[in-house]
Amino acid sequence: MTPFEHSVLDVAGVQNAYIHTMWTVLLGICALMYVLVLGFLLWALLRARRTPDPVRPAESTGVESALYAWIGLVIVGLFGITITSYAVDRAIFAAGQKSGLALEVTSQQWWWDIKYQNDDPSQSFHTANEIHLPVNVPVTISLRSPDVIHSFWVPNLHGKQDLIPGRDTDIHLRPTRTGVFRGQCAEFCGAQHANMAVYVFVESQQDFDRWRAGQLQAATAPTGSTAAQGRDSFMTSACPLCHTIRGTDAAGVTGPDLTHVASRASLAAGALDYNRGNLAAWIADPQGIKPGNHMPTVGLSPQDLQSIAAYLDGLK
Amino acid sequence: MATEVTFPRDETTRAEAATHEWLSRTWATPQGLIGWLSEVDHKIVGRRSLITAVAFFALGGLLALTMRVQLAKPDNNLIGPDLYNQLFSMHGSTMMFLFAVPVMQALGVYLVPLMVGTRAIAFPRLNAFAFWVYLFGGVMLYVAFALNIGPDTGWFSYVPLSGPQYSSGKRVDFWAQMITFTELSSLAIAVSTICTIFKQRAPGMSLQKMPLFVWALLVTNFMVCFAMPAVMIASTYLLLDRSIATQFFNPAEGGDPLLWQHLFWFFGHPEVYIIFIPGLGIVSAITATFSGRPVVAYPLMVLSLLATGFLAFGLWVHHMFATGLPRLGDSFYTAASAMIALPSGIQIFCWIATMWEGRIRFTTPMLFVIGFVVVFVLGGLTGVMLASVPMDLQVHDTYFVVAHFHYVLIGGAVFPLLGGFYYWFPKMTGRLLSERLGKWNFWLFFIGFNVTFFPMHILGLEGMPRRVYTYSAQLGWGSMNLLATTGAFVLAIGVLLFLVNVARSLRSGQRAAANPWGASGLEWATDSPPPNYNFAHIPVAETSEPLWDHPHELPVAHGLRLDRRELLLTSVGEASPDLREPSADPSIWPFLAALAATFLFILSIFTPWGLYIGAVPVAITLIGWFWPRPGESIEREG
Repeated sequence: MTPFEHSVLDVAGVQNAYIHTMWTVLLGICALMYVLVLGFLLWALLRARRTPDPVRPAESTGVESALYAWIGLVIVGLFGITITSYAVDRAIFAAGQKSGLALEVTSQQWWWDIKYQNDDPSQSFHTANEIHLPVNVPVTISLRSPDVIHSFWVPNLHGKQDLIPGRDTDIHLRPTRTGVFRGQCAEFCGAQHANMAVYVFVESQQDFDRWRAGQLQAATAPTGSTAAQGRDSFMTSACPLCHTIRGTDAAGVTGPDLTHVASRASLAAGALDYNRGNLAAWIADPQGIKPGNHMPTVGLSPQDLQSIAAYLDGLK
Repeated sequence: MATEVTFPRDETTRAEAATHEWLSRTWATPQGLIGWLSEVDHKIVGRRSLITAVAFFALGGLLALTMRVQLAKPDNNLIGPDLYNQLFSMHGSTMMFLFAVPVMQALGVYLVPLMVGTRAIAFPRLNAFAFWVYLFGGVMLYVAFALNIGPDTGWFSYVPLSGPQYSSGKRVDFWAQMITFTELSSLAIAVSTICTIFKQRAPGMSLQKMPLFVWALLVTNFMVCFAMPAVMIASTYLLLDRSIATQFFNPAEGGDPLLWQHLFWFFGHPEVYIIFIPGLGIVSAITATFSGRPVVAYPLMVLSLLATGFLAFGLWVHHMFATGLPRLGDSFYTAASAMIALPSGIQIFCWIATMWEGRIRFTTPMLFVIGFVVVFVLGGLTGVMLASVPMDLQVHDTYFVVAHFHYVLIGGAVFPLLGGFYYWFPKMTGRLLSERLGKWNFWLFFIGFNVTFFPMHILGLEGMPRRVYTYSAQLGWGSMNLLATTGAFVLAIGVLLFLVNVARSLRSGQRAAANPWGASGLEWATDSPPPNYNFAHIPVAETSEPLWDHPHELPVAHGLRLDRRELLLTSVGEASPDLREPSADPSIWPFLAALAATFLFILSIFTPWGLYIGAVPVAITLIGWFWPRPGESIEREG
């Protein structure tokens, strides 16, 4: 797998930059409060050890005015936090008002379908578990879930947005630097919640355009006899019932679009790095690698398995 | 201040001896198995509930240790997703429903009648019924888990994942029915406790003289009354969706998955406060005793408890910031969530000020209180961070949140509870726990806790989501997770040491006097352990610190019958004597009714007809329970 980033604190998007500001404010105020409380506690413990007799309730030691000061301080701190939070939330909202690119992400147990939307249907295409974005371009992602609740989360770029069946939600991103940013489903969604990653490749506009042009192409025809044999085995086994390979008869929509599967960095929503060996292993034993996932073990002969892997590995 | 209290009785006079003999006969429970099952004494029922809750705590802890072992290294193959998902669902459900709420209510059942100076809890049979229902519900869940039908959709069981389409089998049904058991039990105890507090306080113990622990239990039990119905309705809707195809949560038929979340968190957020408000009560009791003075600013402490209780119902949406609800609405919940930090902050200040003005004795209970301040305040501050919508969107459902609520719940409930056990153990058993083991217990628990949970803040910020059974080595979360696992074992040794301490003390612990700590509350005015009738003479509380202000002899009230179980009822506000009220004798019916309810609940997991079939034994046992007996009447106090 290419090196990737996955962290809340390493900012790579406009939205997360605002959140980072919020974090800094919160950390500052809360750390100050904590130090004050611990300091007072320590003082009380040291003092109370020396005091010969407890203070009678009637005596005044100035603790009351300290209490009022403390209440004032807490109120000021909480007001500060609440107002900052509101302002940051508004700024994030404003940052999502423009859009230069529209995506539709559909979450399913346990993978992500990515659709690049365009008014011209011939310019729309699907891919899976991998998003490519041009740097500094605001993007709107519409989120849908047909099965259970998932949550779309790429921590370097922004916070979470749940995908809830029966409700349309969306999230706005604007990456500010190139790199590979890992995202992961953040709402518990069943057996394979742990293996439901999505990789966001933020690239220069040229690289993005090149990638996009490649993805718009139909699948490349197999080169070599093994791959050709693999295509035939693929088409005559159970595979096309669930998977689409554009430019062929395979048009299933239950599983990920495989048109350019070999161009991706990972397999099975991040469960494996992409390479031909892992691809064959995955086809041979999906339940061993990702127990409980919805891809069945298709009984394939070793030859069929190898040739199908060869065919798919050619789908760059 | 810490002088021994002499009792308002004279053992040498024959009349006194006869009084005690009469009372212990009147309040005795029949021998034998039937007698054991008929027990209605709040101390014995409370003790049983405490033991049951601690047993569930140990089980829940073992589940957590198993999870920590699986997460200790990346790409670990020890436990698969199916078992892991059951483990965290069982851990959360156990700790929330079978440990935290029951243990706090049980502590109240044991202590509140003693603290308010009465002879029994209100509705003792209902209280006994509540214990059995709780026990049976908990056992049912663990039997299901042992049979590989344990819940696997989390303690929050979000639909549609837990709905009929995505969770086939009976796992979720057992979970949902466990909710019915425990919440029924919880509501019953709430009724008993509230009535005890309102109507059975010692004469003179007006509301403004009530111990803070009793105030905390009052607030908690009122919260139970308002919060628990929401989750019972939710779990019942879920069962109906699953068994007779109602469509409450199915968006395709006009239902809504968010309905579940609203109902669940309308319960689930107050739940957190239900768990730690009693903890705050424990902290007040221990702080006052070991600082040698009452807690500073009593009225403000009471108002803070009340404010927390009210505000707790206005925050639930902060669990749902990521669902895409309207942003302006979210801001109100940010403000409300921040606001609740104020009463907590006031209380923290008042406890420290109490220490500051007092002279501290560094006993084990006091160490746990100091540990509580250090841990709970950190948890509270990360809670304030979570109140902010933008921040929450990042750390929601990550290990940051796992760290946060363990700091709040272990800090706010388990630290005080362990301190409370050390504090009240001599009252309950007549023997002191070892202070030496206690100090080891505290330090191992405190260090183990922080080593386990502090790294989780960092893991969350590094992007580790909750509820994942494994993670890739490439993510670099391995070392922090290993550290957390190491800490978990230290924590577990701390808990083990506590159990060892209890076992040793029960056999050979130092005998405790009636008031071993020199405390001020009425529970220390009777023997350790208390006799079955609690108080030979009903104490009169002339001040809020009765044993400190009357160290040698407590004023008492006379006039209750010796030959019948009788209580003195007082007015709600001023606690002026009002009525003499009979208290129920032991009865087997609550146990039988709980068995019948269990039959109904379990049968309805398997067939909707269970409700009708199960209603028959329930009706029979309730008729038996409420069959009128001659001589039960209320008499005006002459």
